[in-house]
Amino acid sequence: MSNAVFTRLRALLGTTGVERDGDGVPRATPDTPDALTLVCRLAHEEGWKIRVEGRGTWLPSDAPADLAVSTRGLEQIVSVSPADLVATVQAGASLEALRRRLADYGMWLALDPPGRPERSIGSVVATATAGPLRQGFGPVRDHVLGCAVATGDGRLVNAGGRVVKNVAGFDLTKLQVGGFGGFGIIAEIHLRLRALPRADVTLLARGARDQLTSGARELIDAQVLPGALELLSPALAAEADWVLAARFVGTDPAVQADVRRLGSVGELQWQPLPADRTAAFWSVAARGTLGGPITLRLGVLGDGVDDTIDLLAHDLDEGLVSAGAGLGMIRWTGDATVDRIRSVRRAAAAREIPMTLERAPWSVRRALGHFGAYREGVGKIVGRLRDTFDPGQCLNVALEGAD
Amino acid sequence: MNASLLTALNRIVGSRWVRHRPAELVTYAMDGLPTHESLPGVVVIPETPAQVREVVRLLHLLQVPFVARGAGTGLSGGALADPDTVLIALTRLNKILSVDPVQRRAVLQPGVVNARLSEAALPLGLHYVPDPSSQAACTVGGNVAENAGGPHCLKYGVTTNHIVALEVVLPDGSVTRLGSLQGEAWGPDLVGLFVGSEGMFGIATEITVRLERIPESVRTMLADFSTVRGASEAVSAIIAAGIVPAALEMMDRACVAAVEASIYAAGYPTDAAAVLLVELDGQTDAVEAEAATVREILSDRGAREVRSASSPADRARLWQGRKKAFGAMGRIAPDLAVQDAVVPRSALPDIMDEIEKIRRLHDLTISNVFHAGDGNLHPNISFDRRDPAVAARVRLACREIMAACVAAGGSITGEHGVGNDKLDYMSWIFNAETLGAMRAVRRAFDPSEMANPGKVVPVHACREWSVVKSLRQ
Repeated sequence: MSNAVFTRLRALLGTTGVERDGDGVPRATPDTPDALTLVCRLAHEEGWKIRVEGRGTWLPSDAPADLAVSTRGLEQIVSVSPADLVATVQAGASLEALRRRLADYGMWLALDPPGRPERSIGSVVATATAGPLRQGFGPVRDHVLGCAVATGDGRLVNAGGRVVKNVAGFDLTKLQVGGFGGFGIIAEIHLRLRALPRADVTLLARGARDQLTSGARELIDAQVLPGALELLSPALAAEADWVLAARFVGTDPAVQADVRRLGSVGELQWQPLPADRTAAFWSVAARGTLGGPITLRLGVLGDGVDDTIDLLAHDLDEGLVSAGAGLGMIRWTGDATVDRIRSVRRAAAAREIPMTLERAPWSVRRALGHFGAYREGVGKIVGRLRDTFDPGQCLNVALEGAD
Repeated sequence: MNASLLTALNRIVGSRWVRHRPAELVTYAMDGLPTHESLPGVVVIPETPAQVREVVRLLHLLQVPFVARGAGTGLSGGALADPDTVLIALTRLNKILSVDPVQRRAVLQPGVVNARLSEAALPLGLHYVPDPSSQAACTVGGNVAENAGGPHCLKYGVTTNHIVALEVVLPDGSVTRLGSLQGEAWGPDLVGLFVGSEGMFGIATEITVRLERIPESVRTMLADFSTVRGASEAVSAIIAAGIVPAALEMMDRACVAAVEASIYAAGYPTDAAAVLLVELDGQTDAVEAEAATVREILSDRGAREVRSASSPADRARLWQGRKKAFGAMGRIAPDLAVQDAVVPRSALPDIMDEIEKIRRLHDLTISNVFHAGDGNLHPNISFDRRDPAVAARVRLACREIMAACVAAGGSITGEHGVGNDKLDYMSWIFNAETLGAMRAVRRAFDPSEMANPGKVVPVHACREWSVVKSLRQ
């Protein structure tokens, strides 16, 4: 089977477009959206199972499949329009390559997802993994204007567009952001940009977790408007105490005003990070999320962060925790059994907190699903949506699992 | 409509809230767009979510299509119903169920008027940001259906960015809850998918919104320019400077003339080719400093005069002219064809020239008012629809304007929705595969296609229909 798949793919993509992964599974790396759709169409016609991969730095490449389809051949930054603050990039472009290219134009994508700089933008969008900047700039969905997606049966569907405001037709982009590839493979993305901030300042406060979270709430109440206000566990920050990191980005006057006010609100002792250490600090925190095999995302509000971290510490372990101290959302990384994670998911659900399995080995993903069991009425809708975008069930993505 | 349906609807909501006589139905024959008109078969006006569920269950059982409607202020013909269709008006579901100042969330019914929500949140120092021009009348349920925008969406995002959870009645009468208080989904982002689905996925009966703190400081400035191009370039320069104003609105000479001749006169200079309304908000120090930068940019780009609102009343007056611009245009002619297109911001000056050419070609009156910061245009054509020749020219001009915007890389609607008004344009920007996927997504929520039939997706342009056509040939 493997050889037959390999041969058919090579006939389609040429020798450079197909390789074998470490386990001998054929891996297609199409370099155009059209080639991607052809691979999907072939798999659909043959009934082959597809493992969707980006650049292989976030989700483990371990789902059983007849072939892997990687977007790493789709790495072009197709266009950057500084005047319109819009860029079109292929899904396999790395975050670092994108950052550098945008900086050349004085532009910036206000996303700082966990993981490595070589992570693909497609992976960030497909898993909706926003980082600390979601406090000031919103979740991943707010940065995606549209995308082109190869469906499981090889159609190319264009969602959204390249303008910053658009309500033409149904918003299919929302389904792809955080869809984990269950509704198709993202080929190309239209991104909303911002002008490169004139000022970018980070300050740190250290101490007991509850003091930091209550201090964070005071800041928000005092209308201090950080781009990021992130609580980092000692293990993630590589420090002795919990750390609250406030990052201000924007024009000089706006950042200066916020920093001045920060010092005058509450009891926390803030220490500015030297400018030459700022990027490294945030990069270490982002990479630190890879410090365990499993990453969970919990949709909790700011005032529930403390209690929910307690829940995680009690039912799992301290782990590596990064939490939005202002708007909420907790990301936990560590190791745990399927049963323990299931138990946490149940406990979170009882508190009306959704828990998404962001990253885990296939055995855990298969058992628990990225989303767990759907709430009443949702499962039938999602089932039909998956049928729409992958009628042959070729895309081996475990969205649903038993709770 | 048959008598047994009327009887059953009467039983659910009471006969007073079931309208079926022609004189009663006329009220519901149009929305805010005078170019489309259709009488519904019956109008039913439930008071509670339970009644909505009962009505939808009944209609599902009888396989009768339905259209949900808010205040009827929409501008795409989206809430019009045919004679064989039941129109469900949601204006009686108008309760704000809770406002939580700590979590900054409000839970409300779909018939709550947009402005009323902000009024209710005001004593808590909060407001609901999306502010369509019709906010004094339009409902939040309608805003959800259309993914409505408004001037302040430049900085804060449109409706979809402010809705965290929904209770929806699906077209088969079942009820499901989507989203969570925090905004993280329980699965794929079905809230994001539902918002802007123009009433074709079901009816939202309970809406949880995100509220924002009222900014500490607001500075509103008015700049006037001798050319539209100069004003457009000033917009780009402000954004390029890294400043994101809360709002960045433009009005052309014709629009200013209409406003200044009306009771909404705001003191705009009538000899200007274009006026820009720039609003900055945030911390006082930051706003003051950014205002100075913006003033400099405006002057550098050729503003003849830049003035700031000196008091809240002054600010309200400046905004009144913008927000009531559509109303002011009522002085020009009895009817107004409001268009809604988007272009990349850099294309604004050229597209304005194109619109002027089209205006001259068809000898029409067009007033332009638009959200310049995000390239969202509203060319408005004043006309009298009783003159069929003029009405025909208006339709042609609308089509040509839209074609020019699409050719510039834009979209056919930025905030008003497709409805039935822009149905024909959908295939200009989406291929058959994409339209087919949209239809299939709709069928995931509504397999029988009973909710708001015939809108948004031109079925004849979908891939599967193309295949059927080719088989028949």
